[in-house]
Amino acid sequence: MKKQLSYMDSVHRDGRIWNLSVMVLLILFPVSVAVIYHVMPDWRGFLMGLLATAPMYWAVGVIETITYVPMLGAGGSYLSFVTGNISNLKLPVALNALEQADVKISTEEGEVISTIAIAVSSIVTTLIIILGVILITPLTPVLNAPVLAPAFAQILPALFGGLGVVFISKNWKISVAPVILMLILFIFVPALNSGTVGIMVPVGVLFTLGVSRILYKKNLL
Amino acid sequence: MDFNVNSPMLFLLAGIVVAAVLAQSVYFLVKAWRRGLAIGMGKGKLKRVAVTAGVFTIAPAVAIVISVITLAKDLGVPLPWLRLSVVGSLSYETIAASNAESAMGLTFGQVTGLNATEYVTIACVMTMSIMVGIWLVPLIGKKLQNGMISMENRDKKWGDIFSASMFIGMISAFLGYVFCDFSTVFHGDMSGLIPVLVMIVSALIMCLAGLLVKKTQWRWVSDYALPISLVVGMASAIPITAWLS
Repeated sequence: MKKQLSYMDSVHRDGRIWNLSVMVLLILFPVSVAVIYHVMPDWRGFLMGLLATAPMYWAVGVIETITYVPMLGAGGSYLSFVTGNISNLKLPVALNALEQADVKISTEEGEVISTIAIAVSSIVTTLIIILGVILITPLTPVLNAPVLAPAFAQILPALFGGLGVVFISKNWKISVAPVILMLILFIFVPALNSGTVGIMVPVGVLFTLGVSRILYKKNLL
Repeated sequence: MDFNVNSPMLFLLAGIVVAAVLAQSVYFLVKAWRRGLAIGMGKGKLKRVAVTAGVFTIAPAVAIVISVITLAKDLGVPLPWLRLSVVGSLSYETIAASNAESAMGLTFGQVTGLNATEYVTIACVMTMSIMVGIWLVPLIGKKLQNGMISMENRDKKWGDIFSASMFIGMISAFLGYVFCDFSTVFHGDMSGLIPVLVMIVSALIMCLAGLLVKKTQWRWVSDYALPISLVVGMASAIPITAWLS
């Protein structure tokens, strides 16, 4: 008799099929261009470019997977790691939705809410980009207008200001130490900037987990 | 066939991948929606989550369109369209494209007409260098999820604290990032204060929204508080930047 899959198991099965299929399609893009135009990559340029780029992003990719999957839920993870823009869009969208619905990510309700929020966000993003591509000629002068540049340069502070208030006010005891640590590090270590914030996320997560564990063991939470 | 970075063939190829990603998002949306209804979550609740997520996404998505425009100067439209619709981000794509171009003796931002070989090389570097999460989640995602669930089952309180700690750890890193140029203030350059003030404006809007919900019980304010604080925060960056730059 065929075994009935649970909802979570079916999410993992479907997610695996979709992600691996999209991965193949992604690889097929440069391969198809090479075949259609009868060219090969510049292998030296490819290897040099890969060596200069891949080691850091592969390491970040592994760390991001371990860090973000427990926060995004199953369906949300499969989608987010295909559509990208996780920390600046998909994760905040999911966090806000979970907060709104007052459910935890580890429950089935949380899984459903997170997946819906991330799927809608992915669809809206993809459609807006398609619209932008179709209207690129008239949109370019508008979106590149110097007057708007500061607004788009400050998306992350505008996003995490609002999100920070919600989460820190609800969890202030476990927030104090990591926020102080990160402020000190980012203010006084010049190497920390927009390019390295992704690496600091797991540092912040591990530190907060450590602090929370100590507070929990001492019955302070 | 003559090569051009904006050829219809490239649009078609990129469009196929983007369509697949769109189909995946729709598939998961429908699957989760049906499951939500099946476990009695209520259509109204699910709809509210979907609408808020959609509204919240608009401003960041417009920023991604700007990234497409930025990268299109060197790479044409189809490749940035593909890269920023699947996995990518402006900072990563810029670094990957720039590294690939410089490996071939080109300078990022000053390229006028890439040939097919250069284009394929850049596309390969951009694609291969970011492709970890997309296969690693299928490999270890289930184990990570099950680990979280079994921890919750062992000790529910610690499970809740664990989840909250992960969120706070992530948010604290980004709050730190907001202060990364703050040290310029010590040298008399006030531009490092711009992101800090924008963050404060956004936080204040969120607090005001919270107070408004408490006073009026207007549920919609709570639903849209985050998108509103995001847009007002971004808008405040315009006068703040003019003032401090």
